[in-house]
Amino acid sequence: MEAVKLKKDSLIIANKKFNSRLIVGTGKYKSMSECAKAIKLSGAEIVTVAVRRVNISDKNKPLLMDYIDPKKITYLPNTAGCFNSKEALRTLRLAREIGGWKLVKLEVLGDKKNLFPDMIETLKSTEVLAKEGFKVMVYCNDDPLMAKRLENSGADAIMPLAAPIGSGLGIQNKINIQIIRKQTKLPLIIDAGLGQASDATIAMELGCDGVLVNTAIAKAKKPFEMALAFKNAVIAGRQSYKSGRIDKILMGNPSSPSKGII
Amino acid sequence: MKKIKKIKIKINGKIKSIIEDSNLSMVLKNLKIPLNKVAIELNEEIIDKKKINKIKLNKNDKIEIVHFIGGG
Repeated sequence: MEAVKLKKDSLIIANKKFNSRLIVGTGKYKSMSECAKAIKLSGAEIVTVAVRRVNISDKNKPLLMDYIDPKKITYLPNTAGCFNSKEALRTLRLAREIGGWKLVKLEVLGDKKNLFPDMIETLKSTEVLAKEGFKVMVYCNDDPLMAKRLENSGADAIMPLAAPIGSGLGIQNKINIQIIRKQTKLPLIIDAGLGQASDATIAMELGCDGVLVNTAIAKAKKPFEMALAFKNAVIAGRQSYKSGRIDKILMGNPSSPSKGII
Repeated sequence: MKKIKKIKIKINGKIKSIIEDSNLSMVLKNLKIPLNKVAIELNEEIIDKKKINKIKLNKNDKIEIVHFIGGG
């Protein structure tokens, strides 16, 4: 039998090609080595990282860069913990200074409890960053109008939440995600709120270009197995989306021929 | 013998005493900061890492040294 040949299907963000459609976060792991191993198993080529103060009193503390080689894995600096545009811009300008990173994840939060994005501050920041030459992947809510505004402001990827960060609730508003999918040619990546591998499959089947997962892998009882599960789930969802699903009908339709029944 | 004068500055929120007339490069070297893995701010302005040996520090200067850590 001839093997099914799948067309090369890369994810392209800001003119850079990636084979994996799974982006993973590097937070919440028990150790750096656990984080590094989970990333390897997930097959991710992009990882999000946070910008924080160096611990100047403990000089022997392990560094993330010693475990995850930024030459092999694309670092995506984020602005987690920033609650206004000024803080987010300061953080990303510093991130760029560490080693020339231009591809960044903008995330301006508006509420400490639900961690929803402050879209007004996010929009302002996107405009400034795009003008400064950053390639901005923007964490946003699942509002098609806001997504359009971000696109018009120079965003390089739209990253709506599935549900609140770290909630594990899965995609709450499929319709909005589909509307955003229809209106944009930019990479559409579900960021935040996924709980299990099947949530990633659903995101991909809705037509998203990728998913970003942190807590669901890092806090799973078996993070390595979950990393692998998410890898497979993203591939399955993408293939399913590209394969063209059948139409939905209300009544049954037998799979075996009705002719020749004995 | 000339007495060594010290000044106080803030590094990552912590008060540190340094020798007067120190430049930024000397301070970072003493802290064993791996320059290729950090970014530095002096009084909220980003510093070009190539120019740190030309930057003299003054009393009450605020230095921030940041790097990448795990995050989502």
